[in-house]
Amino acid sequence: MLFWTIVKVSLKSLLANKLRSFLAILGIILGVASVIAMVSIVNGATLSITERIKQMGTNLLIIRPGQGMQRGVASSSNVQTLTLNDASNILNKVKYIKNMAPIVNGNAQAKYMNRNTYATVVGTTLAYFEVRNFQLDEGRLFFQSEINNNAKVAILGSAILEKLFGKGPFLEETIKIKGSNFKVIGSLKTKGDMANMDEQIIIPLTTGMKQVFGITYLRGLDIQVETEEKIDEVEEEITTLLKKLHRIKPEDEPDFSIRNQKEQLENLQATTQTFTLLLGGIAAISLLVGGIGIMNIMLVTVTERTREIGIRKAIGAADQDILQQFLIEASIISGLGGVFGILVGIGISIGIESIFPTFSTKVEYSSIVISFVFSAMVGIFFGYYPAQKASALNPIDALRYE
Amino acid sequence: MIQANELRKHYQMGTETVHALDGVSFRIDKGEFVAITGSSGSGKSTLMNILGCLDVPTQGEYILNGKNVSSMNKRELARIRNREIGFVFQNFSLLPRMSAWENVELPLLYAGNQEAQDLAKSALEKVGLGERINHEPKQLSGGQCQRVAIARAIVHNPSIILADEPTGNLDSKTSDEIMQIFKDLNLSGRTIILVTHEGDIAIQCKRVIQVKDGKILKDYLNN
Repeated sequence: MLFWTIVKVSLKSLLANKLRSFLAILGIILGVASVIAMVSIVNGATLSITERIKQMGTNLLIIRPGQGMQRGVASSSNVQTLTLNDASNILNKVKYIKNMAPIVNGNAQAKYMNRNTYATVVGTTLAYFEVRNFQLDEGRLFFQSEINNNAKVAILGSAILEKLFGKGPFLEETIKIKGSNFKVIGSLKTKGDMANMDEQIIIPLTTGMKQVFGITYLRGLDIQVETEEKIDEVEEEITTLLKKLHRIKPEDEPDFSIRNQKEQLENLQATTQTFTLLLGGIAAISLLVGGIGIMNIMLVTVTERTREIGIRKAIGAADQDILQQFLIEASIISGLGGVFGILVGIGISIGIESIFPTFSTKVEYSSIVISFVFSAMVGIFFGYYPAQKASALNPIDALRYE
Repeated sequence: MIQANELRKHYQMGTETVHALDGVSFRIDKGEFVAITGSSGSGKSTLMNILGCLDVPTQGEYILNGKNVSSMNKRELARIRNREIGFVFQNFSLLPRMSAWENVELPLLYAGNQEAQDLAKSALEKVGLGERINHEPKQLSGGQCQRVAIARAIVHNPSIILADEPTGNLDSKTSDEIMQIFKDLNLSGRTIILVTHEGDIAIQCKRVIQVKDGKILKDYLNN
């Protein structure tokens, strides 16, 4: 029999039992939709985190004094071990360093006229903009002379700018930070990520150390390595060098911590891959349950249509024709389930994004293809046994069946 | 055209062997109109199943149009049923939810015939149902359903029309109409084998083969 005729016949018999067919299709819809939605959630989360790491650069080493974590608590603020001397030693002795930005930072109140806000004040050098990938929006960066002479100039992050000046003019205006007057010379483009990068006020390193925080040590050292491949090598050299400078034995714990962005990214990717597999796997089980639903419906259908099968055989349908018909019916159920499941899955992930704006989802094309192919295979796999059963019926018994 | 030689069919029912057919031989030529009669359990249904290629004999030969059907496999049997035999059943055996037209088309579709629609339409016209081709079985009366079934049986121009109690579910008036259709078909040269237990149906056929206990009791011509 012609393929399209079988499809037509199958569609007819599915339509004849609308509720039952719908329930069978629903099983597959839920399976496919949950695979797509689950994977899209994990993907979205992965993507937004990797995006953030990549935005900072994967060739970044972030050095902080003190051990990064002590009993699970970050404790870098009061440790005074990282100095400008360390910084210049690293710069002179370690190869492959592209940029290095020494940092002093802290929270401070900033005021303009009657408005005020809390900001992260960062005292640093010009390298900071490059290392952290900050782009100037308006105005200018520091002159080297301003850094050398602890000039009281400030560049504002976009959130701070908005809070202090709204939409008004700000260049050459004077703001107060911890009571001292600073001249605003520029503003930064919005970064828009979750790490409050837009709530910074950046001032020259020397001004920060001497005027604002009154300290002689550094709160951090951000290093951009020439290429991503060299990052592990550089990290090791710096560790060795700093231990020597700080008179720590090579086998002892260091009094500083180095965060390696590349390593972070790799860890993250490994974690999310596990999550994708886990959640995708759980969702795939529901697809399997949908397949069992198809098998159940098809078995009922075969029993119910025993007479029909007998008639078809009597008028000349070969076993193969009957097998095909029931397989196609099962495939239509799973195929329709697959298509609607994809739509529902995409709908769910869009829905999640609009209901929870902080959640980002990303529908992966591969998950669409995989779940569709998988659902089609589920239909054929679970449809085969009932179809085989139908095609093997003895026509005489089938005709006599009431 | 039909040659049955010593057909035997045995079933194993538990420990007992049932001889449903116990050495049946006959010959039916083209254009004959034969009634196979007998009471229930006589073996006539088994004989019909074998003649209709729904079943194969345990022993003996069934030769249809020169082909030995008794040694064919399932696929070949399906093909013979499709091309050489037109079935008409007591309970019409139409597929529900399909129009008369689609029902009649079906054997041709299984054969991959490209003119299925036209042939099906003209077959329905031949049995006087040209007006109702788009009706589904449940919208048709018993007599009309049986006409659809006859149209389906003749649509492929088969060698034999095999009717199993075709009037069994019909009132006497409709029954006469259906028998008239068979007579007309026979007049136009078709071979018809009709299985029945009703004497007044058998008497309308040209020849009667009476079966009892798996054997032919009588084989005679009506005058």
